[in-house]
Amino acid sequence: MSKPKGFEKPAGVRDYLPHVVDKLRAIERNVLDCMSRWGYREMMTPTMEYYDTVGVASSTSDQKLFKLLNNRGTTMVLRSEMTAPIARVVSSLLKEEPLPLRISYHSNVFRAIEEEAGREVEFFQTGVELVGDDSAEADAEVVALAIASLQAAGVKKFKIAIGHVGFLNGLLEQTLPGRHEEQQKLKDELLRRDYVGYRDTVAELNLPSEQKKELEDILRLRGGIEICKQALELSSSLARYSIAHLCKVWEVLEAYGVSEHVLIDLTMIGDFSYYTGMTFEGYAAELGFPVCSGGRYDNLLGQFGRPAPATGFALKTNRILDGVDGLEVNIEGPVLIRYNAPQRKEAFAEAARLRQLGSKVVTRIVNSEQELAAYDNKIQQVYSDVKTYVSWT
Amino acid sequence: MADTLKIAMPKGRIYKKASALFREAGLDIPVDMDETRKLVIPVQEMGMEFIMAKPVDVPTYVEYGVADIGIVGKDVLMEENRDVYELLDLGIARCRMSVIALPDWKPGIQQRVATKYPNIASQYFREQGQQVEVIKLNGSIELAPLIGLADRIVDMVETGQTLKENGLVEMESIFNITSRLIANRVSYRMKNTQIQSLCDRLQEVIPTSEVK
Repeated sequence: MSKPKGFEKPAGVRDYLPHVVDKLRAIERNVLDCMSRWGYREMMTPTMEYYDTVGVASSTSDQKLFKLLNNRGTTMVLRSEMTAPIARVVSSLLKEEPLPLRISYHSNVFRAIEEEAGREVEFFQTGVELVGDDSAEADAEVVALAIASLQAAGVKKFKIAIGHVGFLNGLLEQTLPGRHEEQQKLKDELLRRDYVGYRDTVAELNLPSEQKKELEDILRLRGGIEICKQALELSSSLARYSIAHLCKVWEVLEAYGVSEHVLIDLTMIGDFSYYTGMTFEGYAAELGFPVCSGGRYDNLLGQFGRPAPATGFALKTNRILDGVDGLEVNIEGPVLIRYNAPQRKEAFAEAARLRQLGSKVVTRIVNSEQELAAYDNKIQQVYSDVKTYVSWT
Repeated sequence: MADTLKIAMPKGRIYKKASALFREAGLDIPVDMDETRKLVIPVQEMGMEFIMAKPVDVPTYVEYGVADIGIVGKDVLMEENRDVYELLDLGIARCRMSVIALPDWKPGIQQRVATKYPNIASQYFREQGQQVEVIKLNGSIELAPLIGLADRIVDMVETGQTLKENGLVEMESIFNITSRLIANRVSYRMKNTQIQSLCDRLQEVIPTSEVK
């Protein structure tokens, strides 16, 4: 590779110019405020963690982890998400704190580079973890909070799809008892969103045709609460437990008054090795990629020595930043105060007074009348107001 | 009034067959869409907008969500490996991806394979445990073994006529190809009713395969 030019930056990372930071901070502040009003307290963890602890426990696949060696040759990772670091802290520093714990965060996270498609090496996530509560109420709380957070971030038109990993696990185990390879193949196809491949695999299975039909029909299980009733009819006891749980979550979401934003999608599956219960994803009308994702991960805390049920979500803050324009961001420029040396004291007193009132103020010395005039035409685009303190003797 | 459904259509070989399928399903799309130079063609009565794209770019448009759904060959889907829903096998533009060589081919010391599909080719040979050097070409792949650039090629075979005329033979078939209906991850949820009903209408008229 040739030597980079002076202005170049590595691919996948970005610069945030002042007007973009204004917007990012507005989103961050609104969302964190919203989370704090739900009783979630913000936490920060280091950018770097051990590969063997947080790296291995995280839901990010190994090849997407950003790995480094420290000066002792230990493998480190740049955090790829915040859930595993928070689980580490909840199991160590906070281990005496009574559960449930409500934690929020806003952090930059890192992924080893992938090809394009809105995928960055470094990006922001804003999210929460609710640790120590395995009820449907807790699942619904994080979904309702995800909805409130999207609204706080200025996302107007969106949908949240909820599903449950137990449904598919249960249904497959009932239809294909012990046939783990075939089960895995079907799951992989759903995970790759390859419905054509899924149908082909189902067609090739050694199964009675009505059971094949059942497996095919799950591709249509998405919609409102009526989906749960349909799903109950074709379910085993294991899958039925998951559906009953989703029904309860739905009931709670109705009480929150947000079920209009939610749809049930039993084909939506996250990573099976990580999620253990309800999972969800959020979609905004303006954006081609999901804006949030979350779910229940009851096995993670145990890996850090404090087994506890947990659920949470993360907003993909960069996608909201780049694609949504729902927030009023105050872009008013500062007030300019021009002065010359004899009037310096008066000018600064006025600047101090305005700053006290919350205005942004920039001061600038002018040394001659020509300079004063030359500056006039540049002023309008940048400053909201101009005051002049000069006296020529 | 529902939102407009944006459909990425591949120009060329697949277009004619796909538009015939749409019309058979009762979706009255303009016949001459392929011939105009317009790239974006709204059809207001249907609540749809057609984006005329180069076939290999269709999955990209759909992944980024600038098109809600698209029609594309399985060959392109496999090569591009984009994160999209593959909803429906349309059963049209049927052909296969194959390994092709001169009839007297024998494994040489340094094996070279020319193809328009470098990802598919290198994955296939890796899975076969063969070490080959993959050379990417952009057209007339059949030339490569004839003039000694590569000893084998990986390409799409429809009737086998071109191969025959150039004295080449199909050694192995890698997978079967048909056109697929694909959908963006977000559109599939936000415009689910529209997409599902389009799927259902198309499904009814999809030609069933003779050979599976």
